Amino acid sequence: MDRKVFFKGRALPALFLLPQLAVTLVFFIWPAAQAVWQSLLQQDAFGLATEFVGLENFAEVVADPAWRGAAANTAVFASSVAFLALAVALFLAVQADKSIRGAHIYRTLLIWPYAVAPAIAAVLWLFLFHPSIGLIGRALNAAGVAWNYQLNGNQAMLLVVVASAWKQVSYNFIFFLAGLQSIPKSVLEAAAIDGARPLRRFWTVVFPLLSPTTFFLLVVNLVYAFFDTFGVIHALTKGGPGKATETLIYKVYVDGVDNLNLGSSAAQSVILMVLVIALTAVQFRFVERRVHY
Amino acid sequence: MTDDATLARRALARQRRERWLAHAALGLGVLVFAFPIWITLVGSTHDAATIGRGDVPLLPGNQGPENFAIALGEGGGRMHTSPAAGMLLNSAIMALTIAGGKIAISLLSAYAVVFFRFPLRMLAFWTIFLTLMLPVEVRIIPTYQVIVDLNLFNTYTGLTLPLIASATATLLFRQFFLTIPDEYVEAAKIDGAGPLRFFRDILLPLSVTNIAALGVILFIYGWNQYLWPLLIINDRSMETIVVGLAKMIGSGDSQNEWNTIMATAVLAMTPPVLVVVLMQRWFIKGLTETEK
Amino acid sequence: MSTLSLSGITKSFGATTVLHGIDLAVADGEMIVIVGASGCGKSTLLRIVAGLETPTTGQVAIAGREVTQLEPADRDIAMVFQNYALYPHMTVAQNMAYGLRIRGTPKPEIARRVHETATLLGIQPLLERKPRQLSGGQRQRVAMGRAIIREPRLFLFDEPLSNLDAKLRVQMRGEIRRLQQRLGVTSLYVTHDQVEAMTLGDRLVVMHQGRAAQVASPMEVWSRPADTYVAGFIGSPAMNFLAGTLAEDGAAVQLRAGPLLRFTDGPRPGGNGRPLTIGLRPEHVLRAGAAPVAVLLDLVEPLGSETVLHGRLASGEVLTARLPGMVPAAGTQLELHLPAEALHVFDAETGRRLDA
Repeated sequence: MDRKVFFKGRALPALFLLPQLAVTLVFFIWPAAQAVWQSLLQQDAFGLATEFVGLENFAEVVADPAWRGAAANTAVFASSVAFLALAVALFLAVQADKSIRGAHIYRTLLIWPYAVAPAIAAVLWLFLFHPSIGLIGRALNAAGVAWNYQLNGNQAMLLVVVASAWKQVSYNFIFFLAGLQSIPKSVLEAAAIDGARPLRRFWTVVFPLLSPTTFFLLVVNLVYAFFDTFGVIHALTKGGPGKATETLIYKVYVDGVDNLNLGSSAAQSVILMVLVIALTAVQFRFVERRVHY
Repeated sequence: MTDDATLARRALARQRRERWLAHAALGLGVLVFAFPIWITLVGSTHDAATIGRGDVPLLPGNQGPENFAIALGEGGGRMHTSPAAGMLLNSAIMALTIAGGKIAISLLSAYAVVFFRFPLRMLAFWTIFLTLMLPVEVRIIPTYQVIVDLNLFNTYTGLTLPLIASATATLLFRQFFLTIPDEYVEAAKIDGAGPLRFFRDILLPLSVTNIAALGVILFIYGWNQYLWPLLIINDRSMETIVVGLAKMIGSGDSQNEWNTIMATAVLAMTPPVLVVVLMQRWFIKGLTETEK
Repeated sequence: MSTLSLSGITKSFGATTVLHGIDLAVADGEMIVIVGASGCGKSTLLRIVAGLETPTTGQVAIAGREVTQLEPADRDIAMVFQNYALYPHMTVAQNMAYGLRIRGTPKPEIARRVHETATLLGIQPLLERKPRQLSGGQRQRVAMGRAIIREPRLFLFDEPLSNLDAKLRVQMRGEIRRLQQRLGVTSLYVTHDQVEAMTLGDRLVVMHQGRAAQVASPMEVWSRPADTYVAGFIGSPAMNFLAGTLAEDGAAVQLRAGPLLRFTDGPRPGGNGRPLTIGLRPEHVLRAGAAPVAVLLDLVEPLGSETVLHGRLASGEVLTARLPGMVPAAGTQLELHLPAEALHVFDAETGRRLDA
């Protein structure tokens, strides 16, 4: 807050802040506090009485094999999505950063999937990989691969990972390209004169200099995989088959909305909140550090 | 030691290889990104039987007009029959309200925080900042309860209001306002312009690019909402197109009106894709600046 | 033997041609300064020598090797960039060692050379720092170190001093020259600063619109500029140009400003009336002597030991003079003299120098 000159008055700023603060308090702070409070309560089977149970809900949640399964799914899912989306985007961005003919057109054609909603991305991939109507799904079966993501948990996981990563690549691509373009050309030329061939130049100069971008994107991609991909999973597999693609956020939804187990759902939400806060905190610490480059 | 002619040949070969690799990789990338959409587009121009048999051709058919007419006017799919026209309208209302609302309240709050000194200013700022860490998905059930308690279930207000508070937009405008020279404020004071006039005549016109850039991002954010509308709307006439489309699919049976579904999918992604392609410059600016 | 030779180098970007055929031979250990205004093609030329650009036509040879098509890595060169281009994520020591590491130099050898080079440049205490922790002058030294340590055949400097403040620039200029002479490495140095060019170069290449307007020693460039561009570019304040015509069968020039000046070094070719441009450096204008002209002063700049006068002649032409120890007021009329022995004679149309 570096301003030295201000307007006088208190009523006007209060009035201007009001809408934002009101929405924040009513729809963010209050529900978040509710979630914390509910996570400490337990309802009886008929929803008639509520008692304070302390951290019991958390203990139950963490001990629950179903939750552990979802946590494991989330770990596999989120790390695969993040890795795939980052690796593909970085590779494409490096290619698009070269001065080749048509680079601009390539960029435009790679950017627009950002606009596709996760749930729609899921539908698009369903059209491709559906075992009986999908082009690739049928081709796989015809080639002797028993492809049916509606029955095979691993195939279901693979499909939601690919659909989720597909949508996120364009976002990462934009940031990697911006990151690459902010590396001074002369530094790369210096490396070329020092004798480094393109591949070596990439790993010893470009990649280290991109690390702030990469790290930022890693956090964003993890948050994306944790939360925004709800639509992909809901539209494509509904957490199935079995619980093969049930992630933590999907389980919060199922337990809270379908099973009406509010205490447990709230405790799960609180765990996720802590996770987001931790990720955000790490990111901000890093943002401060990266200013030095 | 390798002789110079060989080195020269290698250098040339390497350059050619690099360029070839770039074209190949980017071409393949474009293909991978476009292919699912192409198939959907093609699918939306054939009849249901062709797709149901699994014979999706690679080239468009002649059923396009019929399919889109049915999708828009009647709806389809075994599970659901809302016409897409209404759902598109609902999505547009949701996306525009969220984008407009976020921008409006963020402009106001950023202005208050940057250009005034008042007690509890930092507290207000941090309260807004905190929302960055509370995506709607993690507080979904209690927020849902608040909506029910406020009697906003199945209303546009309930659909949009909770998504309007935005720390990112506030932070962006704050960042931008901090770059406005103090001299502008002093000049305004000397000219006798009060804070309201300053906001309207100086700050708003200066913020136009930022508003446009943010508008693009927020429109897409709003249009693509899924979990929240799924939860808060069960009146079919108010359903948004992204949720409606997913519902049409149901459990993914192969017996379905896939041609109508594909037409609906095309309709569902056209508005945000158009916005991104047509406003690419602003879109990239909005994206890279809000997220930093 | 010449270390670097360029023959017929041209470079076009699309329809624009930035280099129109440059030939140059640089002797072993020589320091060549390429000087010119921005956009004259000097940086492109340097980048072609470095291998960062490929010439459209022409050949580059380093130490007798034809390297036109080779990559920078295979040319045995080192370069100091305008913005230093240090690797921001590496320490000073790592920055200097990078090129050696890539070439697979053994570790103890790298350590020894880093130590030696750092000592030579006085950056020993900075070895463990990152570039962002260094001042501009220190970065400059590290960039030099990174170039020196490889013991290349050829040093390339791309305006290395232009990001430094004036005082540091003078100091580093001296250091670069001392270092270059001590190591005896052939160097190509690009700058837009004529003082840097004059003080650093064994020879200058004055570039203008993609051509080498003159290649000669600094004193030669100053005392016998090849054309009006070079004459006006080198020297401060810039040379005066006066219009005139050849007279007395080539033995004299009739200035539009009035006086008839007889050449002291012999007649120029051409018939009477041939249009000429006469150059005269401000420091050669005299207070007393032959060929008087009346000057109406419109600006007087006292510099202490001398004064720079700007004025207008009766012909409407502008004359600048640098005279010792006199400060007349602006607005006054003054009689100054144009010495015939200090004239530079150029063809008015082509701008080329006309020698006796």
